[in-house]
Amino acid sequence: MSQGLVADVIVIGAGIIGAACAQALARRGLRVLVLDAGLHGATAAGMGHLLVLDDNPAELALSQYSLQRWREQAPQLPEGCAYRNNGTLWLAANAEEMAVAESKYLNLQAQGVACELITRNALRSREPELRDGLEGGLLINGDGILYAPATADWMLDTPHIEQRRARVSEVDGHRVRLDDGQWLNAEAVILANGIQANELCPELPIEPKKGHLLITDRYPGKVTHTLVELGYVTSAHNATGPSTACNIQPRPTGQLFIGASRQFGTLAPQVEGWMLAKMLKRATEYMPGLAQLNGIRAWTGFRAASPDGLPLVGQHPKRKGLWLAVGHEGLGVTTAPGTADLLVAQLFNETPPLAAQPYLPQRFLGEAVYA
Amino acid sequence: MNEYADLLIIGAGPAGMSAALAAASSGGRIIVLDDNPLPGGQIWRDGPQASVPNQARQMRERLHAHSNIRHHGGTRVIACCGPRQLLVEDADHGWLIGYDKLILCTGARELLLPFPGWTLPGVTGAGGLQALIKGGLPVQDERVVIAGSGPLLLASAATAKHNGAHVLRIAEQASSMAVAGFALQLPRWPGKLLQSFTLFDRHYRTGSHVVAALGNERLEGVRLRQQGKIVELACDRLACGFGLIPNTQLGQALGCALDGTALAVDAWQATSQADHYAAGECTGFGGSELALVEGAIAGYAAVGDTAAARQLWPRRTRRQGFAKALNSAFSLNPHLKSLAQADTLVCRCEDVPYAALAGHTDWRAAKLASRCGMGACQGRVCGGALQYLFDWQPSAPRPPFNPARIETLMCLDDTPPA
Repeated sequence: MSQGLVADVIVIGAGIIGAACAQALARRGLRVLVLDAGLHGATAAGMGHLLVLDDNPAELALSQYSLQRWREQAPQLPEGCAYRNNGTLWLAANAEEMAVAESKYLNLQAQGVACELITRNALRSREPELRDGLEGGLLINGDGILYAPATADWMLDTPHIEQRRARVSEVDGHRVRLDDGQWLNAEAVILANGIQANELCPELPIEPKKGHLLITDRYPGKVTHTLVELGYVTSAHNATGPSTACNIQPRPTGQLFIGASRQFGTLAPQVEGWMLAKMLKRATEYMPGLAQLNGIRAWTGFRAASPDGLPLVGQHPKRKGLWLAVGHEGLGVTTAPGTADLLVAQLFNETPPLAAQPYLPQRFLGEAVYA
Repeated sequence: MNEYADLLIIGAGPAGMSAALAAASSGGRIIVLDDNPLPGGQIWRDGPQASVPNQARQMRERLHAHSNIRHHGGTRVIACCGPRQLLVEDADHGWLIGYDKLILCTGARELLLPFPGWTLPGVTGAGGLQALIKGGLPVQDERVVIAGSGPLLLASAATAKHNGAHVLRIAEQASSMAVAGFALQLPRWPGKLLQSFTLFDRHYRTGSHVVAALGNERLEGVRLRQQGKIVELACDRLACGFGLIPNTQLGQALGCALDGTALAVDAWQATSQADHYAAGECTGFGGSELALVEGAIAGYAAVGDTAAARQLWPRRTRRQGFAKALNSAFSLNPHLKSLAQADTLVCRCEDVPYAALAGHTDWRAAKLASRCGMGACQGRVCGGALQYLFDWQPSAPRPPFNPARIETLMCLDDTPPA
């Protein structure tokens, strides 16, 4: 570490992305200072669903690689991280959605992702609580779940990482100013603070997408896989207005998470009754028995969404020394390991484990102005 | 079956019943909601082994006699939905109640502090044991130790004895000076004097607190520090409560300001939120007489009978004097903050020990790291303890305020606000 530097790298944001980057750097022997303002982030609010998504090749490449990395790390994760490889079961409500399931199946198979098509009859035996009359589904065997706040804490509990509760008010290349006026210098700064990234870099095309979640009391054994409707990819959820989609996830405690909702243009953290009702109605359309279960808590969070749904991972083209790891939307927990590996490879000027091009910030911010 | 009330009263304890009766002559439609099946609150809780005082019985009959008062027992408030509308749930269904004016009479709950063994079967709150006995729990010939702080210990002891238990000890943490000072003031409140004589007990010890509940599968004994000396008593039950915490969550969710730990009210029992009033223990601990007079003032004020409300002000002032004396006499000894050991559970829903909490900066951080307060009680028990132990402020309440059937939550209007 050079004179006058507080660390080799400063990471802004102690969510799952910042924590994964910090851990990857620290494991290479770098000294990392992680600054976190203690604001509410997506890591604490999300479902901790680890899933392969294939809306486009870049999304598939990053999520598939990351899932592989999660499975490799799983044996080291402490029990509190609540990792389970329970699989995602995509639900097709009609023939049109079943056709989507089939084409996803072919696509994923071709890429080497383990998955099975589930017929109408097999669906009820896999998940007896689902309603009659669903068309079938697609089971992605390698998907899983974890408890992201504990996982981020585990990552940060790595030698060479120092954590500090501090709010950054300005970034200037490889140095940051704290809100008490103090400047901190490092070789590089990584911006990994989700929807708060815009406050430090107003040029970033990041938009908050509000989500609601509800958790039930404990009902062990009701649900096995994370259940997600395929309407998620085929219908309203890709539009710009507020929308909901059935997303039911069994927690290791026997509780169920019920989601999901999306709203744009709001930063109000309140649980909104109308959205909660809409979201729960959607979920009970798939699983009528949910109506009789007790919900014990509801909350909201904000996904940091980029215009093309892919994260921005790489050096800021106009601000040398500042590296970006933001804009993961709903896939931050899933793609944290892949993001960290991509970023670290670029920092060390190594060949990344997957093509870095689709995630480079240049696609929104223009070509680099430095050599 | 959505409903409308000119006046909606949340809570049917002394304050809520008194508010409804005061407001009844207005002729407006009044709805009283309560979590318990029968009106009476915690203090006049009914049940197979309860002897409800005459005053309570008469008030209940009068409530019943008013055709414009409707009582919904076994009903909980789940969410606020839009201006002046609440989502509620009973055992069978959920529905919406719209209102013009609202009075919060949400009472208080016991402060339970963690100490080694407090989660053993046989250990309850002081008020908790009283409620269980009134509800039919047999305690005949059982050896009972009562510990903690405040007049509730004596009331709980009286109920236990009345039902055949042997009360071996009542351990009050406050010093003898503080309790004697309080007792000296009792003659200023004649009704209270009588009560204190019927409750007083030769097993009462001041300057004494629980150190640990002992036992393997269930409670076998208790270790107390009695005026500095450690004593152990074999017993079947330990009832331990450290005073009361006002239930302010619903008031806070409705936007009512707090004054310390209680809902802030003015001379009319009006909160900071227009047309929303509060009375009884949710505005600060003061006993049932204060709750009755506050409830009546709120009831009159809510229906615009300011003259009748004003007439009760002197009575309230007198009762408030009693409440002040009580609260200062039974203030908690800071030593109680060190009862919990590293492995003592603080959150019993999620099995979170003290060691997993100490060292965090706030409740949110502790909660995310440890799951403390994330269980079925949603921090109703551990929240008060953490506020006392670490001075952590509980986060603002979010719907559902109580565990609720998903079916009930689906009663909320799902159209986006215009």
